[in-house]
Amino acid sequence: MIQLKNLNVKLPGFSLQQINISIEQGEFFTLLGPTGAGKSVVLESAIGIIPITNGRVIINNKDVTNLPSEKRGMGIVYQDFALFPHLTVYENITYGLRYHRINGKEPGKNLTFIIKRLSLEHLLKRSIANLSGGEKQRVALARALAVDPSVLLLDEPLSALDPNFREEIREIIKNLHIETGITVLMVTHDFTEAHFLANNTAVINNGKIEQTGSISEVFHHPTTPFVAEFVGMKNIFPATFNKNTAQINNLVIHTNTNSNGSNKHIAIRPENIHISKTKESANKPNLFEGTVSRILNQGFYCDVAIKTKGIKFASIVPTNVIMNLKLTPNQKINMWFDPDNVHAF
Amino acid sequence: MITKKHTDPFIWLAISCSIIIIAFILFPLLEMVVQPSFADLKEAITDKDVFNAIKLSLYTSLMAALISFIFGTPLAYLLARKDFIGKKLVESIIDLPIMIPHPVVGIAILSIAGKNHWLGQIMSSIGIRLMGSVTGIIVVLTFVGIPFYINSAKAGFEAVPARLEHVSRSLGASVTSSFFRVTFPLAWRSMVVGIIMCTARAVSEFGAVVIVAYHPMIAPVMIYERFTAYGLKYSQPVAVWLIVVCLFLFLLLRVFSIKKKNLI
Repeated sequence: MIQLKNLNVKLPGFSLQQINISIEQGEFFTLLGPTGAGKSVVLESAIGIIPITNGRVIINNKDVTNLPSEKRGMGIVYQDFALFPHLTVYENITYGLRYHRINGKEPGKNLTFIIKRLSLEHLLKRSIANLSGGEKQRVALARALAVDPSVLLLDEPLSALDPNFREEIREIIKNLHIETGITVLMVTHDFTEAHFLANNTAVINNGKIEQTGSISEVFHHPTTPFVAEFVGMKNIFPATFNKNTAQINNLVIHTNTNSNGSNKHIAIRPENIHISKTKESANKPNLFEGTVSRILNQGFYCDVAIKTKGIKFASIVPTNVIMNLKLTPNQKINMWFDPDNVHAF
Repeated sequence: MITKKHTDPFIWLAISCSIIIIAFILFPLLEMVVQPSFADLKEAITDKDVFNAIKLSLYTSLMAALISFIFGTPLAYLLARKDFIGKKLVESIIDLPIMIPHPVVGIAILSIAGKNHWLGQIMSSIGIRLMGSVTGIIVVLTFVGIPFYINSAKAGFEAVPARLEHVSRSLGASVTSSFFRVTFPLAWRSMVVGIIMCTARAVSEFGAVVIVAYHPMIAPVMIYERFTAYGLKYSQPVAVWLIVVCLFLFLLLRVFSIKKKNLI
């Protein structure tokens, strides 16, 4: 397991503040955040590349804070692969073995498995320069896994890949994690990747952790406006709560949350806002009449902006529904959403 | 219909300036090379004094390059990898020998090597003499040549992503091991270029050497002496041989500076 306890890092123009992350043995954990949030700084300070101002890094109950990178037992894979360009594929993969000798012998038992599992047999003699992005990332993964690290750190390993390679590598990472049982800490800005690969996640913004929890919990119950927006909740408003209603200006919205006084915002996913031209669903609790202010065609779906009582809602509607409704800007429309889908925080 | 290709006047201006500059460099050198007869050249190179002067020039210059390599490499690496307070100052200090007039370099070195200076006294007590010695020439040439080595090696280290060293260390390699297995193999070309630049600079040094060690005579000092004592005709053959040596060094420089594509 790996624990980052109260990690603080000060860099010119940026700082990490009180980073607390605890990852169980064999767990796949993602650190989510936008560009510049400090994700990679967390990884590089955990591995000892960036010095920390205070805090502790603990791996398998051993405090490694003061150990150099090479003694921490962590492997790292970068989005730009960071392969050694003067070495062949095989030389890259076996680079670290000489430092992990047991009784004078290099630990090669996993090597064959890793090379086979990552389908690298036919590439071993090749130069790095002639490999595709997907192949390079497979070599980088093999190189990190060959030395059998306690923790594997992945720094946006899919970001630099073409979409077809991205899916392939994502699948490989997931399967390798299942087969090897290795503890993984991956940073990414893509919630879909996190959703596919990890069990638990932390969301970081401006060098601070905003929320930690299971992927499902963070996705469905964000606790800050930033996390809500990051997981795709576009309709985020400050609100005044009264029992199970939330008031935004003159608009009263029914929620199924009984506010205990700590809630200050509501958020609704755009896909949970439905539209209709008829009044047939008049008995719905959150039914409002509004005006379509903008329709943006995105191919299979459209982003529709609806204005009601001075408040702008964003909705995602399938393009065929828009066509059937013959919806155009400035038309009057009914919009509604289920109180269950109104998230209060 | 054939249309006439229009060339921008700026391109013509650039081409004209280029021709003028190349002619400016080549014309006097070519004139000097073609003026001595083959017999003059043969006589010059068979003259033991001339041969020894060129040999000493090469020896002292290569020694200066070797010293620059040994002591300059760690400094170049530090400058390429670390940010610290006063880094700009250190970089400026390294470039100082390029800017200082050469006789001043000679006088500065002599001022610490004399018997009135504590360093001169220490050197004297352990048998090191700079004035009029090969050691003195090597010290002067190292002084003027080392900035060229450090700047070239530094550029080479900077071109190797620090991330490669980080990965190397995560795989178990120490800082030293990472340097020799990753950084050095990727930066050696720039280091070789630096060694050649340093050697070439040292071979051409005259002003500082003539202050510290008129004798034993290196090639530039001999050319100067022959020019002042016997005139142009006697200095030219030695100069031609020195140009041949310099040309060879710069050809080497060009060969080594051709980078392998997609190396990093």
